[in-house]
Amino acid sequence: RKDVITVTPWLAPVVWEETFDTTLIDAIYKTQNITVATTVFAPGKYVWFLKDFLESAERHYMQGYHVHYYIFTDQPEAVPMVTLGANRSLTTLKIPSSNRWQEITLHRMEKLQKLIKTQLTNEVDYMFSLNVDTKFSGHWGAETLGDIVAVIHPGYYSRPYNEFPYERRPESQAYIPQGMGDYYYGGAVFGGRVEEVHRLVKTCLMQLELDKANSIEAMWHEESHLNKYFLYNKPTKILSPEYQWQELKFKINDIKIIRVSQVTPNLTEMNPDFLSDSM
Amino acid sequence: ILYKQPSVLNGRKDVITVTPWLAPVVWEETFDKTLIDAIYKMQNITVATTVFALGKYVQFLKDFLESAERHYLQGYRVHYYIFTDQPEAVPMVTLGANRNLTTLKIPGSSRWQEITLRRMEKLEKLIDTQMINEVDYIFSLDVDTKFYGHWGAETLGDIVAVIHPGYYSTPRDEFPYERRPESQAYIPQGMGDYYYGGAVIGGLVEEVHKLAKTCRTQLDVDKANSIEAAWQEESHLNKYFLYNKPSKILSPEYLWQDFKSKTDDIKIIRFSQVIKNYAEVRPNP
Repeated sequence: RKDVITVTPWLAPVVWEETFDTTLIDAIYKTQNITVATTVFAPGKYVWFLKDFLESAERHYMQGYHVHYYIFTDQPEAVPMVTLGANRSLTTLKIPSSNRWQEITLHRMEKLQKLIKTQLTNEVDYMFSLNVDTKFSGHWGAETLGDIVAVIHPGYYSRPYNEFPYERRPESQAYIPQGMGDYYYGGAVFGGRVEEVHRLVKTCLMQLELDKANSIEAMWHEESHLNKYFLYNKPTKILSPEYQWQELKFKINDIKIIRVSQVTPNLTEMNPDFLSDSM
Repeated sequence: ILYKQPSVLNGRKDVITVTPWLAPVVWEETFDKTLIDAIYKMQNITVATTVFALGKYVQFLKDFLESAERHYLQGYRVHYYIFTDQPEAVPMVTLGANRNLTTLKIPGSSRWQEITLRRMEKLEKLIDTQMINEVDYIFSLDVDTKFYGHWGAETLGDIVAVIHPGYYSTPRDEFPYERRPESQAYIPQGMGDYYYGGAVIGGLVEEVHKLAKTCRTQLDVDKANSIEAAWQEESHLNKYFLYNKPSKILSPEYLWQDFKSKTDDIKIIRFSQVIKNYAEVRPNP
C-alpha cells in the first residue's frame, strides 16, 4: 500500500487491506490457542442492535478463534438467541438502567474494570470492547490483535489535529491542548492484551470519576478520555477506518473494504435521546 | 513534548514499512526520534551489545567502539561485551556516561567458519549466566563494521532482524539459503520472507536467548552430521526467522556494505561493513 501510512512515527503498524496476509497471521496466532473476550454494552433500546451485531460477528469476526461475548444490558431477556459457531460462547451480564449518558459511560468503565478483574484476567488473552450499534460487513481477524489497539475514527482521519474534537477545557481530565495529538481515535473500538486494556480502563475510570466530582462532562464522553489516554500511552497497533466506518459516509479511495460500520437505527423504534454520541 | 502531527495518508511511499505479519520495517522518515525517545527513556532500559573480535578482527574494535560512542543508542545505558582471544588488544576507548565495557576471553580458532559457528553458543551462555536479570535488550553485532549515522531506540523490539543489503530486492529463490535438506538450516525453494543479515540480531533478552539456543542446537546437530551451512550462523538465523517471524525489521540502512554505492531507497547509512582484505584478516581462506 503506497497510498496510506502503514506505520506510525512510533513504529506501530496501521492495519489496512493489503498490508497483511491472513494465512500468515492465522499461522502465527492459531498455534497460540488464544481466547478473545468481546464486550458489548446494550442498555435500554440499544438491545435492538444486538441481533445484527451478533449475527454479522458470527460471519466475519475472529472466525476460527475462541471468542467469548460479554453482553452488558439492563434487559437480559431481550438478548436475542443467535446461533454461535464452535468455540464461541456468550454471557449476559445485567446492569442497572440509566437515563443519563454520563452515568452510562461511567458505568461502562466500572463494569469493564470489574469484569476484567474478576473474570478475564486469568481466562482470556485478548479482549475487545466494541460498540453495539455496529455491524460487521467484512473480515475482522487476528491481524487486529496486539498489546493495546485503537481504531482511527472515520470522520477525522485526514484532518489536522487542531480540528480534532478533543476535550478543550483544561478543567476536564480529558483535556488535550491545541498543538498536540496523533490521530483521533474512535471510542467504538479498543482492545488488546487483557492487562493493557485493564490499565486503560482503570485510568479512564479515574479520569471520569474526577470529572464527575468536578461536575464536568467531557465533550465526547468516554471517547475524549480514551483519546487522552492514547496520547500518553501510544497504541501498539492501530486499525484503519476500515474497522470502524459509518454507513452514511460514502466509500473513498483509501478504504478498500468496510469491515464494520455504524448502523443507522430505525428511528421509529428508537428513543432519540439514546442515539449514539460522536458517531 | 511537541512533535509534528502524524499523518494517515502521507509517509514513505517508495518502500514497504510493514511486513505481511504487521511488523514495522524501520526506514528513515518512518519514525520520529523525539517520540521514540519519549517512550523509551522513561523505561530506564539497559541494552547489552555483544561483539566478537578474534584473531586479526581485533583491529576493527577501535573504529567500531569509537563510532558507536558517537551514534549508537546515545542517551541510553549500554553495556558492551567484547568476546576476544586477545583481551590485551582491546583498545582503550573513552565511553560516555552510563556506558561500560566488559572483555570476555574465549579461545581462538584457525578457521573463521568455526568462529562464526561458536557465536551462538557464547551468546546463549552469556545470557544464561549474566544477563537475564540485569539487562532489558541485547544486540549482537558484527565487529568489522562502523557506525556512520543515528542508531537509536527505534531499533528496539521483542525480536529484531536486519534485511541483508545484498538481497533486499532479490526474489527469494535466489536467496543464499542453505538448500541441502541434510542441514538443519535447510529452507526449500518457494519459501522465505526476507534474507536477514547475520551481522545484526537484537531484541528482548528472553527472545534472543530463545533464538541463540535454537540456532546453537541446530548447529550442534549439523556438526554431528558433519555438515556446515552455506553461510554458517546466518543460514541458521534465516531458518529461525522464517518460523519465528521478527517483531521488527531494520532496513538495510542498518546494515550496509562500504563497497556498495548508495541507492535511492537508502537515505542514510547508519552501520556498514568496512572494506577489508579477506586474505589479511581471516585465519584461513
